[in-house]
Amino acid sequence: MSVGATIVFSLVLLLAIVGGAAVLTWFERRLLGIWQDRYGPNRLGPFGILQVLADMLKLLTKHDWVPPFSDKVVFIFAPTAIVVAMMLGFAVVPFSPELYILDINIGLLFFLGMTSLAVYSVLLGGLASNNKYALLGGLRSAAQMVSYEVFMGLSLMGVVMLTGSFSLRDIVEAQRDGWYCIPQALGLYVFIIAGIAESHRLPFDLPEAEHELTAGFHTEYGGMKFTMFMLGEYCGLILLSCMITTLFFGGWLGPVLPPIVWFCLKTFFFICFFILLRAAIPRPRYDQLMSLGWKVMLPLTLINLVATGAIALWMQGA
Amino acid sequence: MYESFISQLRTIWQVLLHSFTKAETVQYPEEQPYLAPRYRGRIVLTRDPDGDERCVACNLCAVACPPDCIALQQGVREDGRWYPEFFRINFSRCIMCGMCEEACPTNAIQLTPDFEMCEYDRQSMVYEKEHLLIDGPGKYHDYNFYRVSGLKIDGKDKGEALNEAEPVDVKSLLP
Ligand code: SF4
Ligand code: SF4
Repeated sequence: MSVGATIVFSLVLLLAIVGGAAVLTWFERRLLGIWQDRYGPNRLGPFGILQVLADMLKLLTKHDWVPPFSDKVVFIFAPTAIVVAMMLGFAVVPFSPELYILDINIGLLFFLGMTSLAVYSVLLGGLASNNKYALLGGLRSAAQMVSYEVFMGLSLMGVVMLTGSFSLRDIVEAQRDGWYCIPQALGLYVFIIAGIAESHRLPFDLPEAEHELTAGFHTEYGGMKFTMFMLGEYCGLILLSCMITTLFFGGWLGPVLPPIVWFCLKTFFFICFFILLRAAIPRPRYDQLMSLGWKVMLPLTLINLVATGAIALWMQGA
Repeated sequence: MYESFISQLRTIWQVLLHSFTKAETVQYPEEQPYLAPRYRGRIVLTRDPDGDERCVACNLCAVACPPDCIALQQGVREDGRWYPEFFRINFSRCIMCGMCEEACPTNAIQLTPDFEMCEYDRQSMVYEKEHLLIDGPGKYHDYNFYRVSGLKIDGKDKGEALNEAEPVDVKSLLP
């Protein structure tokens, strides 16, 4: 694409993501409602979709309060960090053979880096709030991210080995003969779990754990700053679904329909899947989370890594 | 470990199956829930079949009321009947327990299946007698307290009530 087209596409993408995240707040509540035998917001507009607008109005007109006891600069900076990092993550996602912003040979690493940066937002938010609950939330997120980050990256190395490239476009192209969800089933499983932990959504929302920590790291946040955290979280959800689609389910590949439609359909499916996980699975205790990470997920990833490596070598030799 | 993994998958599947069950929600303002005839809601003061106030201001309801939300003052009419000079129920306190209805000896105070009493102003939740009093006899169509009680009022002397024996003249020794 030319520079002009790329800029236009970036703007469109930006709008689409923010809009998508906003609609997702409503969509998630409707889906959760359906799975819990109720309706969810269904009053405003067709199917209640205008609820998004109402929520936006409410959040925009809320008092933008900065607690006097907080570390003000960091407090204000923290919520922006997560949104910026998540948005940047979208830069490397190939939506179709032509539609992408960046195709760099370290695309996958870039994505991992950006999601890791998002952790700072939660951490700094928790620290700067100068509040016990927020601090506990920040602490938890730090520990959770450190442990899940490790095998989130490792679980993708199987894909990289099979493709021989970090570029996301190459990875999609390499899946023409078969999606990686089959040979890399273990990697997919670990990546999904680590991804949820990374975007700290239920069932791994220990940093905010309403029932024990009021709202965890964003206890002191309200109005637009709170919105930024939520926006970041939903962007993270979309980004995660995009990545799963790209890495394991053949990205834009698919018969008949145009590539971008396939990509959106697959992404949409995974978003629904994550919401289903939220509806179905209870939050683990903190030590359970940690022991699951180090005692189950990490060994699984290593087994996957070694096995994939061995098979790749064997196939090369044959 | 293995079992818990299976159980998680099972949970996800079970929740997914709920996509096909009907929602329990009652879409309230459009869809009214069924309320039994004896549902305990807004309180009314009824009249006897002849159209007179049933309440005799005995204060039993006010005493029985757990949150103490009934206030009234007794008065005596010229024909000898007792009546409440004012009768006030503070519905912002009332818990719709029905104790007042149980306590009332004249079936005057009754609860109705109506609960839609929202107000913007707290003061509007305080109902006075003119708000409470209705024109009909409520759930008991032919009960009239003064027709069965021994109290003397104009047009009904001692001993003239239903099933009431003649008053005994304690001054006389004759059998
Ligand atoms: S229903 Fe209960 S709370 Fe209400 S006025 Fe009667 S006794 Fe009091
Ligand atoms: S409503 Fe019934 S219980 Fe209450 S004062 Fe009147 S007669 Fe007595």
